[in-house]
This record gives sequence, C-alpha cells and structure tokens, in this order.
Amino acid sequence: MDFSIIINEYQFYLEGIWTTFWLVSFSLLLGLLIAIPAGILHSSEKWWIKGPIWLYMYFFRGTPLLIQLFIIYYGAAQFELLRESWLWEYFQEAWFCALLAFTLNTGAYTAEIVRGVIGNMPKGELEAAKAYGMSAWQILRRITLPNSLRRALPAYSNEVIFMIHGSAIAGVVTIVDITGAARVVNARYYAPFEAYLAAGLLYMCLTFSVIYIFRQWEKRYLES
Amino acid sequence: MNLPTLSIKNLHKSFADHEVLKGIDLEARKGDVISILGASGSGKSTLLRCVNLLETPTSGEIRVNGELIEMKQDKKRGAIPASIKQVERIRSRLAMVFQGFNLWSHMTVLENVIEAPVHVLGVPKKEAIVKAEAILQRVGLYERKGYYPGQLSGGQQQRVAIARALAVEPEVMLFDEPTSALDPELVGDVLNVMRGLAEEGRTMLVVTHEMAFARDVSNKVLFLHQGLVEEEGKPEVIFENPSSERFKQFISSVY
Repeated sequence: MDFSIIINEYQFYLEGIWTTFWLVSFSLLLGLLIAIPAGILHSSEKWWIKGPIWLYMYFFRGTPLLIQLFIIYYGAAQFELLRESWLWEYFQEAWFCALLAFTLNTGAYTAEIVRGVIGNMPKGELEAAKAYGMSAWQILRRITLPNSLRRALPAYSNEVIFMIHGSAIAGVVTIVDITGAARVVNARYYAPFEAYLAAGLLYMCLTFSVIYIFRQWEKRYLES
Repeated sequence: MNLPTLSIKNLHKSFADHEVLKGIDLEARKGDVISILGASGSGKSTLLRCVNLLETPTSGEIRVNGELIEMKQDKKRGAIPASIKQVERIRSRLAMVFQGFNLWSHMTVLENVIEAPVHVLGVPKKEAIVKAEAILQRVGLYERKGYYPGQLSGGQQQRVAIARALAVEPEVMLFDEPTSALDPELVGDVLNVMRGLAEEGRTMLVVTHEMAFARDVSNKVLFLHQGLVEEEGKPEVIFENPSSERFKQFISSVY
C-alpha cells in the first residue's frame, strides 16, 4: 500500500477533475437546453412534434450510456458522408463524442423530469393566469416554468449525480477524466487499489458538493 | 342611460350532451353587486366562468362595456373565441377570485399582486409596487408582503387573492364561492373586505352560499335552478316575498 504515488502523480488527478468537471457541466447545460423544450413539447397534440421527441427520449433512456458513446465514437466513422463533412473534425475527437453522448443522454432523462413536473402543475394557478389575461407564452414563461422547475430540483439533483458517475466511462475512450487519470496511474505503477480509491474519493467529493448546492437551492426555492 | 358594464344575453353552455346553462340573461351596471345563488349543479359557477371565458359558451352574447366577445364556429370544438387577443384583453379588465385562491405559489404576496399589472397591463414596476402595498395595507396583509402563499392561512390567502384582483382595477370583479373553502372563523375577514368593496362602488358578481352577504350587501340577487334564472330581483324584495316555490325551499334549507 503506497499512497505517495497518488501525491506524486497529483497532476493527473488534477487534470482529471478539471476534465470531469467541464465535461459534465457542459453536458448538463446543453442537456437542459434540449430537455426544457422537449419536456414541454412532449405534450403537443401534433404527432410530428410529439413523435420525434418520444423516439429521442425512448432511445436514450432505453439504452446504456456506454453503448451510446460507442455508437457515436466508433460507429460514426462508418458513414462516408460524415467523414467527408466539416463535422468529421469534431467526431474524431473523443471529448466531442463524449460531450455529445452525455448531452443527449442527460437531455432525454431531464426531459422526462420536465414533462413530469409540468404535468403536475397546479391547475388552479394556470386558470388564475388565464383569468388575468396572460397569453399562453406568458403563462409558460411566468408561471409554468418557474413553478415546475422548482419542483424538479430534487429529481434533477439525482440526474446530476448520475451524470457525474456516468461520466466515468469517458475514460474508456482515452479521455483523461478522473477515471482516466486513475487508469494512467495504475498503468504506470500497477497500484489499482490506490489509484481507483483516489478516484472514488474525488467522485465522492464532487457528489457531496452537488448534494450540498442542491440542498441550498431546495431550501431557498421549495420550503416556502 | 350608460352602457351596462356587463351584459349577458341568452347564454347557453353544454358539456358533451349535458346542458348546464339553458339561456341566461344578466346585466350589471357600474356599482352593481349581484349575488348568484343556487344549489350545487345549478350552473352558477359555470355562468361566472363563462363571463371571462374560462368556459366557452355554446351560444349567446357577452358584452363588456358594450364590446361584444366575438365567437366563431370550429368544426371539431364547436363555438370558440374568434380572437384570443380580444379574449385576453377583456380578461385583463375583469378579475376573478377563486374558491381555491389559486395564488401563484412560487411568488411572494407582493409579486402575486403586481404580476398582472406589470406583465399584462404594462404598468411600470415601481408604480405597481406602490399601489400594491397600499392595497395590501387595506386588506390587512402589508406585513406579510414577503411571504409565500404556502405560509399563509386560507383566509389570508383569499385576502391576497382579492388584493391581486383589485390591483388590476377591474371593470367587474368575479367571485367564485370565495368563502366556501375557508374555516368558519376565517370567513368573516374575507366577507368584511368584500363588504368594503361593495360600499365603495365596485361592480361585483358573487357566486356564494353566504345568505347574509347576498341579502345585506348585494343590490341584486339571481337564483339559478337547473340552468335557468328561477328568481331575480332586489334582495329585500325576493327574500321577504319569494315568488318561486323552489327559492323559498332553498332559503329555508340554507338557513
């Protein structure tokens, strides 16, 4: 047992924390941008709006994140059209494929959360908004979204935690995130216990920070 | 004579094949306080909800300050408003107080009161706040302006809801059983506020079970039975001398 190697190789872990942090943050942010409209439009009466959204959510919630990453990272290369387009520059990059897979994945799960909380919107509050002359757009912006997104906080904090843990598979496609750092250190010293335990502790710190932040938000926005 | 503030002619409303309103006429002039009574299922709430088109009438005419709410026929849904813009504009001139309060739970008391003036009527926020604070003083809840609805009692919430209604300076205030969901000891505060509004000449349509309010505060009473106006008139006349047998029964059953 020799934890001094972790301290000696701390710069790998530091890089890993940074990579995990921005990869997960950007995925969550972009995922949210997909999830809010998708969650709202899921209840549309038009099949050509509802259909594609349903399919998207069904696929990304129905398959493992690892498979989604493999399809994008390894599978994309099979399409000549893509290889010849300007997009190929991005699809060659592991970080881009991970970001895309994570974004689409968290977008689908979060859309389901958004759909659920909007469906549970108190009917009376919507009726009051109508009665005071608000337009459909105003009701969405001023009443439905602020009310629903507050109620989504507890479920969304879980999604964020799942995303942090799920991001560990980025290490599989050569990205040096926290897990990737542990793999590098392990490969150098053959000290799997120390290397992965350190990674585990770092994920734990991230997770508890997220739990703490969400608890503050929930106190502020929900206990009233 | 001026135009009536609100005029309803031959209003019908059906849900599927059940006809709830079978031809209602109603006229409210400025300063009228009209109580609408009736057993449950008589259509009184539906009538009130047709006025601001929370329910779409099947047929009939509604005019606010003489302006007719335009309707058109839709193949699937039957009668629908011709212009949602017109409906929104007219709704913004009416205010409704609900049985279940229906305050916006993610906003503070003050935010609830300034919401419609600022975001629907376009009143500058500062101005709206000054006015909202004065209105909250008046309903006795100025000290609670920073609270959220969930932190208030039912009676307090309903007074906030009345403040929210007053803040838009409505042509007509619509009250849909405002005291029915309240604990008995909280009813008085709300009725007192409403009495004050009646005295200062607000035009009010009140669906209620409060006989004392109907008799003492309103200047006109409508008794609905099975979707029709069964009895109507000045309260001092119809309570003393009801011409309808059903209204007689209704009064004696409620007292």
